[in-house]
Amino acid sequence: MSNTELEIVVDDPTAPEENSPAVVSTGVVDVVVSLLLLALALVLGWDNWRTGASWDSTGPQPGYFPFYLSVILGAASLYGLGTAFVSRREAAETFVTRAQFRRVMAVFVPTFLFCLATQYLGLYVASFLLIAGFMRLVGKIALWKSLLTAFIFTAAMFVTFDIAFDVIMPKGPLEAAFGY
Amino acid sequence: MEAFGLLLHGFAVLLTWKTLLLMMVGLVLGIFVGVLPGLGGPNGVAILLPLTFTMDPTSAIVMLSCIYWGALFGGAITSILFNIPGEAWSVATTFDGYPMAQQGRAAEALTAAFTSSFIGSLVAVLLITFLAPMISSFALKFGPPEFFAVYLLTFCSFVGLGREAKHKTVISMSLGLLLAGVGMDTVSGQLRMTFGSAELLRGINFLVAVIGLFGISEILLTMEERLALRGHAAGISLRVVLSVWKDLPKYWVTLLRSSVIGCWLGITPGGAIAASFMGYNLAKRFSKDQESFGKGRIEGVFAPETAAHASGTSALLPMLALGIPGSGTAAILLGGLMVWGLNPGPLLFVEHKDFVWGLIASMYLGNVVGLVLVLTTVPIFASILRVPFAAVAPMIVVSCAIGAYAIQNAMFDIWLMLGFGVVGYVFKKIAIPLAPFTLALVLGSRAEDAFRLSMIGSGGDMKVFWSNGLVGTITTLAIVLLFWPVIDRAFAGVARLLRPASA
Repeated sequence: MSNTELEIVVDDPTAPEENSPAVVSTGVVDVVVSLLLLALALVLGWDNWRTGASWDSTGPQPGYFPFYLSVILGAASLYGLGTAFVSRREAAETFVTRAQFRRVMAVFVPTFLFCLATQYLGLYVASFLLIAGFMRLVGKIALWKSLLTAFIFTAAMFVTFDIAFDVIMPKGPLEAAFGY
Repeated sequence: MEAFGLLLHGFAVLLTWKTLLLMMVGLVLGIFVGVLPGLGGPNGVAILLPLTFTMDPTSAIVMLSCIYWGALFGGAITSILFNIPGEAWSVATTFDGYPMAQQGRAAEALTAAFTSSFIGSLVAVLLITFLAPMISSFALKFGPPEFFAVYLLTFCSFVGLGREAKHKTVISMSLGLLLAGVGMDTVSGQLRMTFGSAELLRGINFLVAVIGLFGISEILLTMEERLALRGHAAGISLRVVLSVWKDLPKYWVTLLRSSVIGCWLGITPGGAIAASFMGYNLAKRFSKDQESFGKGRIEGVFAPETAAHASGTSALLPMLALGIPGSGTAAILLGGLMVWGLNPGPLLFVEHKDFVWGLIASMYLGNVVGLVLVLTTVPIFASILRVPFAAVAPMIVVSCAIGAYAIQNAMFDIWLMLGFGVVGYVFKKIAIPLAPFTLALVLGSRAEDAFRLSMIGSGGDMKVFWSNGLVGTITTLAIVLLFWPVIDRAFAGVARLLRPASA
């Protein structure tokens, strides 16, 4: 058995430090989310009231079901707001530390830019840029490896979806130049 | 034994080279997805769903369910070798699996995990084979009030039996039901909650939400963790496999108990997570030698794995028979059914016999093929973990975007996916459960239709939900489950009052 054994060790040099200060506490996020949900419940409830949330001769109007759901959502978020203020113990817990937040942003910002690029350049170009850029800048992987991986993955996706399975993806000027 | 004949027919449908190939592809993709950090069963199925859009429904569901089996198997690899549970339900597997690996018994632990997953799923599939047709033929008599009562029961049991704070479950569920209502109202044709936006006319697609909630948010969460790992990937020799299998009959009580727990919790929305912990704890409690648990006891691997897989598989039973998914992944498969133009519910057994029995047969075959596949390829899959996360993360993001776009060919859906990714990240961190949201989003419009149709039928009289014994029982049960924590506490209080008197 030992002759087939291989050891796998992966390091994470950019791991978030343990003692990083908190950006925001769970209690604060709890309150903010409850407020947002409450606002959403009010907006949706109002919209459904406008659509008609009562009964007519044929049964409930279109807004009836969602109107009462907005009421339930509003009530539950009010309750959540209440408990968030009452329970001080949980409120002090860390929601995210600064080091963690930096790492999360290191993924979120590129993802956002990728969505933006997809809109204007098409999915495949955006995907090449995202993978190559992310591997190089965030992962500090050698440039040629990043470019090669990005190219192979993007090409594989193009062949799989656009050619083999006929699932058409958004395209931009580059694909247009090649006649797709 | 009509079921048996139909099952054989199902096997005949499957035994073509194309289907078997798809099955292998699905299993490999599934194990891949299960091993990678930041991906898992529901995410994998959601992301890979677009691949199946152009297939016929039978091939599509075979491939998807194999992805699911593969992901279940894959989760065990990382929990045992690296002490990293790929899924919440493999947490209990790490208790004894990882110590075993450290003692150099990794091959034994892996064999035990895969074998017990196989046994758990097999018991659940047997249950589905014989119970699902019965339930669905019974459910054919259901009218709208009965269906609404069953939906109500599902929702209420989530609130009443869930372990999360009640108001958070309610928030998650009502939000899901509300978002399901966005767009064109199916009964009156009126627009609701679109605020004049043309993009919202289509409504909020369930799969887009799932890809964001599970795929994108999971990457954000994974990045917060320290991603270093260390472990040994052991090849599994035939000798080890046979020696574990030889000892198997000794543990039949554990295996049976875990299977029963798993099946029960899978059908009711208790879920695989609860099942795995319950299986582990009961095995420990009934053991003569409780101290040895947690130090690398093979029973500690058998018990949670069997329960988790029995539960994951039996979650498909209510989905097939009633159109109500018992788990997040089942909900995604249900979303898939609708994309392929099949209407989930009891009629499926009548109108699409080939499809249903093909699926059930694929569960048997997928498990056997999966067992052989994982036993032979563990070292290869374990070394996938060497691929740096910085390379994996953007690829997952791209796959998510492809998946979200392909469903309705809408750029708006990619933005929606990103939004749901942030929502999922925040919700997970403040412990708002996502499963009720998923379930509500996929069932929302059908629950509403059932409600309105029964109201139209009864002329607006709520008494229709107690109009006969069947619907009355289900509705009452739903309300009892909703208030179960209160009732439970009341019972405990009464018992406490009585005990001093009797003592």
